[in-house]
Amino acid sequence: MIAAHLPALQVVIPLLAAPLCAILRRGTIAWVIAVVANWLAFAVSIGLLFRVLDEGVISYAMGGWAPPIGIEYRVDLINVFVLLVVSGVGAVIIPFARAGTAARFDSTNQAWFYTMYLLALTGLLGVTITGDAFNIFVFLEVSSLASYVMIAMGRDKRSLTAAYQYLIMGTVGATFIVIGVGLLWAMTGTLNLYDLAQRIPDIENTRPVLAALAFLTVGISLKLALFPLHLWLPNAYAYAPAVASAFLAGTATKVGIYLLLRFFFTVFGGEGFFLSTPLPEVFLVLSVVAIFAASTVAVFQNNLKRMFAYSSVAQIGFITLGISYATETGLTAALVHLMNHAIMKAGIFMLLGCVIYRLASMRIDDLAGIGRKMPFTTAGIVILGLGLLGVPGTSGFISKWWLVLAALENGQWWLVALIVIASLITMVYVGRFVEAAYFREPSEKAMNVREAPLAMLIPSYVLVAATIYLGFDTTWSVGLALDAAASLLSAAY
Amino acid sequence: MTPSDHILLALLIPTLGAIVIALVGRNANLREGVTLVTAGLLFVNVLQLLPVVLEGGRPAIAGFEVTPGLDVAFQVEPLGMLFGLIASFLWIVNSFYSIGYMRGNKEPRQTQFYVAFAVALAAAMGIAFSANLFTLFLFYEALTLSTYPLVAHHGDAKARNGARIYLLILLSTSIVFFIPAILWTLSLSGTLDFTPGGILAGKADATTTALLLALFAFGIGKAAVMPVHKWLPTAMVAPTPVSALLHAVAVVKAGVFTILKVSVYIFGSDHLLATGASEWLVYLATFSLLAASVIALTKDNLKARLAYSTVSQLGYIVLGAAIATPLALIGAGMHILMHAFGKITLFFVAGAIHTATHKTEISQLNGIGRVMPFTMGAFFIGALSIIGLPPLGGAWSKLYIALGGMNGEYWFVVAALMISSVLNVAYLMPIVVRAFFRPPDPDDHSQVGVAADDTLSLRERLAEAPWFCVVPLCFTALACFVLFFAPDIVEQLLRGMLEVPQ
Amino acid sequence: MTTILADLNYWVTVFLLVGGLYIVVAHGNMIKKLVGLSIFQTSVYLLFLSPGKVLGGTAPIIAEGFDVYSNPLPHVLILTAIVVGVATIALGLALVVRIHRSYGTIEEDELHDLESDA
Repeated sequence: MIAAHLPALQVVIPLLAAPLCAILRRGTIAWVIAVVANWLAFAVSIGLLFRVLDEGVISYAMGGWAPPIGIEYRVDLINVFVLLVVSGVGAVIIPFARAGTAARFDSTNQAWFYTMYLLALTGLLGVTITGDAFNIFVFLEVSSLASYVMIAMGRDKRSLTAAYQYLIMGTVGATFIVIGVGLLWAMTGTLNLYDLAQRIPDIENTRPVLAALAFLTVGISLKLALFPLHLWLPNAYAYAPAVASAFLAGTATKVGIYLLLRFFFTVFGGEGFFLSTPLPEVFLVLSVVAIFAASTVAVFQNNLKRMFAYSSVAQIGFITLGISYATETGLTAALVHLMNHAIMKAGIFMLLGCVIYRLASMRIDDLAGIGRKMPFTTAGIVILGLGLLGVPGTSGFISKWWLVLAALENGQWWLVALIVIASLITMVYVGRFVEAAYFREPSEKAMNVREAPLAMLIPSYVLVAATIYLGFDTTWSVGLALDAAASLLSAAY
Repeated sequence: MTPSDHILLALLIPTLGAIVIALVGRNANLREGVTLVTAGLLFVNVLQLLPVVLEGGRPAIAGFEVTPGLDVAFQVEPLGMLFGLIASFLWIVNSFYSIGYMRGNKEPRQTQFYVAFAVALAAAMGIAFSANLFTLFLFYEALTLSTYPLVAHHGDAKARNGARIYLLILLSTSIVFFIPAILWTLSLSGTLDFTPGGILAGKADATTTALLLALFAFGIGKAAVMPVHKWLPTAMVAPTPVSALLHAVAVVKAGVFTILKVSVYIFGSDHLLATGASEWLVYLATFSLLAASVIALTKDNLKARLAYSTVSQLGYIVLGAAIATPLALIGAGMHILMHAFGKITLFFVAGAIHTATHKTEISQLNGIGRVMPFTMGAFFIGALSIIGLPPLGGAWSKLYIALGGMNGEYWFVVAALMISSVLNVAYLMPIVVRAFFRPPDPDDHSQVGVAADDTLSLRERLAEAPWFCVVPLCFTALACFVLFFAPDIVEQLLRGMLEVPQ
Repeated sequence: MTTILADLNYWVTVFLLVGGLYIVVAHGNMIKKLVGLSIFQTSVYLLFLSPGKVLGGTAPIIAEGFDVYSNPLPHVLILTAIVVGVATIALGLALVVRIHRSYGTIEEDELHDLESDA
């Protein structure tokens, strides 16, 4: 009975929990609700995974209205992979949120924060699970609006302008997506993704369809911060509260990636169409530029959160690079890195949150000598940093490995060289942190700090452990991604 | 227990040891007791594998697949057997020595020291018993990271700087050269398994092989081939037991061990000889071993001189790997063993001198042999072994490499080895001469200065380091002597690595 | 001329779309940017609504004598979109108020100067 309604529960649980938090207005209770809701959502994702593995694609008619009239929730391997990442990363972050949030906000504002968090989660899960194009837009806006609020709750007043900037760019992006959806609807008369996928092949070379593809591509690229549409991201991540940075870095851009995959490979009918457009070349070039430009900019940042925010732009480049190949290996690399990067980057932002909790600063000079004062926090960041580099023994290596395999399949040796050079640049900025943390005289601020509380360290270390674990056992990352990539390419939905 | 269990235990014993040491860290005696027991158990365990390997067995653990093409798996072959035995045996000796040194110098953070040491040994065991390049690489990086706290042990500006260069060079070379080399190997041959006879024969032409060898030679920064040797001298800021075991035995030997292994099991001796792809490395290694000896001459700091001496001696092993004739390869493998015992003795002496008199410079050592006769006697023996004079172990390995060079018709190598031996004499013997034949400096107010008074009896003059330091170094010096009489068993073992099953 | 007039609704859509986006990009005043954003979003409402209208059709209520109906779906969708739009603008304005309180200005170039000093 419950199993049948899992797709609805995935969204409904956090959606109902959110107003509950707002009504009760007590920080602690709201936190408990958020934890329970998020863990339930994660459990639902796991349940969905087993159902999909068991019985294939699940189609769920929301409210009993049969598609295509009603809204359909449609879960296949790709969806469920992203659902797992989003709800899983959230499930680790939310227990972590307690200490930092309680230290900064009064009880009511804490409750609001958790409300926004749950709404953002709802939106992201909704975008991923729904099979209806317009529904995607609505959920996207739910998650975006909640994210703007969370970002604006940062301690620095620059968080306000960052949130405003994100609001403007995010809304433009979302509106582009609606325009694309509108054009598709005008051409096909349906909003159901499955129906769209059936009908578009007949009219795929008409001008409105191509225009729709363009609008969707730009709109989604804005959301996932593809270079050069990434301008909102560094400030948003840098000045948001640590919990929000960790959550957004781990999930929001990843859902954007999912949308890209869904539209390119499902709605627009598989690799054939994608390869017939100039998109592969465009994405290849933009990804490479993203990797290099953003990594280089990251090297010169003095605010650590900004540094790792730029690093996110670069890492997203690695994901889109995998997509640009449109091969099974390439898409596997993209999906694997989607998962691995979500885990690594969420972990890094959480550990940076630990640092802020004690040090109240993100300036690299203030962090000097922190390696001896906060050994676990620092060691965790270093391990995750090694993951970003792609050192063997971490999950980051697995993603890079698949990416390199994809490049070699296409005979692009030069790309392998570029990936290695990019790792070197990553090493420089991670090295700057290591240098400050371990090799410099402690700064005045760092002299008086001690290790972060266990309530923050333990969740962070779950992600550190996951990063190492996924570097050795790839059944759940590569194994699932391979199947998902295969189903994307066969345009099965 | 099956041999596979012993492989697993070789990894588990030091790991568990590290955990127990961390747990009982407050109690110094217990902590050091655990270290000794762990080291003893590890050696006994590794020793169980030796008869199997000597009989031609190749015990293995299949492990698991990380992602297609990359497996974590273990297999014991002769070279790894030798490396595993050396590292685990010398860990016992070194642990005794560490107790004397760390207590004698009242070093801080001793628990962290012993824990990191145990982890480093676990990594060394992993390197020794890896069945493929990927597994080896994992443990290679683990060794780099676990030895970092040991290099940075003192925590002052100098230690931090040394540790920084250590990490920077070892990590960046492995990322920039080693990983691409592994990837290239995989795409050429479709496997990364260490296979007798190599996996690249017929799959890579001479140019490709030469380029790939370059990636390996510079990617394996731990082998300290010039110009990526710089990390080794700077790592000497570490406490002396670290320099002794890790930077004369485990870490640097892990580097040359990897190069040897790549040359024997990845390229294959026949393939290298047929293509001549390793010829350039012969020249580079020769240059490296001569240049490092010359630099060693200019160093007044005892540990720095020993460090450059190590760079030079590692050059011998790389040279043997590059010549790639059977005798040269056996000689290179043997030199891992012989140099380990010789150099660890010399480092033990340097540490003992520091513990007893706080002297670090060679120019301060006038007359020190009068107060530390055992220590300096051991230094003399160790130095002779490094130089390669009979009746000490070092004589054999150099002979094999030289013979291997003749087989490969590299006549200049033979000349270079002779010049190098002369240089070895030039930078090691003056220390012995100073210690025993020069009177102490008049303004030397330490115990050594007191010894200038010839009326005192030996017993009254004697000011050796703690016995925990002196006994191990005498022991390793004695071992250098014993090894002179045991080259055949080493050769028998190492011949096994060149056998290619038909 | 007739073709332009026949597609008049689309021309208006395009005009609003480009005009709105231009305001968002070109103006430094944060309120004006939001105005632009609002216009930009409004153009989308037209984009959806106009193809739903069937000439001569009536509201889709079944009644005697009418058998041509307009498509009701776009209205439902756009109602949702309007709600989203209103929420966005409200949040945007709230942020502008907070920014004005914190910085004392809502001009982007002045803010930029203030932030680079900070």
